[in-house]
Amino acid sequence: MSEVTTKPARRFTNIHITQLMHYRLPLAGVVSILHRVSGALMFLLLPFVLYLFDKSITSEISFNYLQGYVRHWSVKLAILALSWAYLHHLCGGIRHLIMDAHIGLTKEGARKSARIVFAVSLPLTALVALKLFGA
Amino acid sequence: MTIERIGPKRLVVGAHYGLKDWLAQRVTAIVMALFTLVLLVAYLITDEVTYEGWAGLFAMQWFKLLSLVTFLALYYHVWVGMRDIWMDYVKPVGVRLLLQVFTILWLVACAGWTVQILWSV
Repeated sequence: MSEVTTKPARRFTNIHITQLMHYRLPLAGVVSILHRVSGALMFLLLPFVLYLFDKSITSEISFNYLQGYVRHWSVKLAILALSWAYLHHLCGGIRHLIMDAHIGLTKEGARKSARIVFAVSLPLTALVALKLFGA
Repeated sequence: MTIERIGPKRLVVGAHYGLKDWLAQRVTAIVMALFTLVLLVAYLITDEVTYEGWAGLFAMQWFKLLSLVTFLALYYHVWVGMRDIWMDYVKPVGVRLLLQVFTILWLVACAGWTVQILWSV
């Protein structure tokens, strides 16, 4: 008889983007979404990277021009964003490859490696920032 | 009904179950990571970054080809990643197809530009 009175179990469906804020994302989840964000960012900035590569390699004149071009703060900012994206994506990617080898698949292991990703990528990004904006 | 289609009775025609893309994403990632290592070593063993040193690196035939392979690996990797993003967030099939086609054309154009850059030095 109890079957009749119980409410139907809540069905799990895809969450909507407006519901995102109600979820507490674990650190490994933050690494994961930032992996995607950094990848998308690098896709969008691909022509910029190719432009820099082109200018750096075509001739000594364009190389010298580039040295002046990268002194502008907005260009520096773009390069910093790219550097962060690259470093995070690289560290997160290595984490993926290690997990593919069935290493660190436990909850604790995944959390630890997520922490390592940030511990490596963020100081290296800071180093790039120092090199770009520092004295 | 689907439960009967396991093991040797598995439906093997049609989809590739994503294994090919999954593997390609890993292989291309390793290629790019190794190239990063090569560039890092080249940077660390030079005292000063000059045009001669930088362009001289890419003037060598083997380095050109290595760079080309890495860039092509990059474009394949980007395709797999962007396809995942479009499939996850863009639900209308027409829009998704349009974005996927645009991504492919865009990456092929980038590959052409890359060849031009690499062989200009």
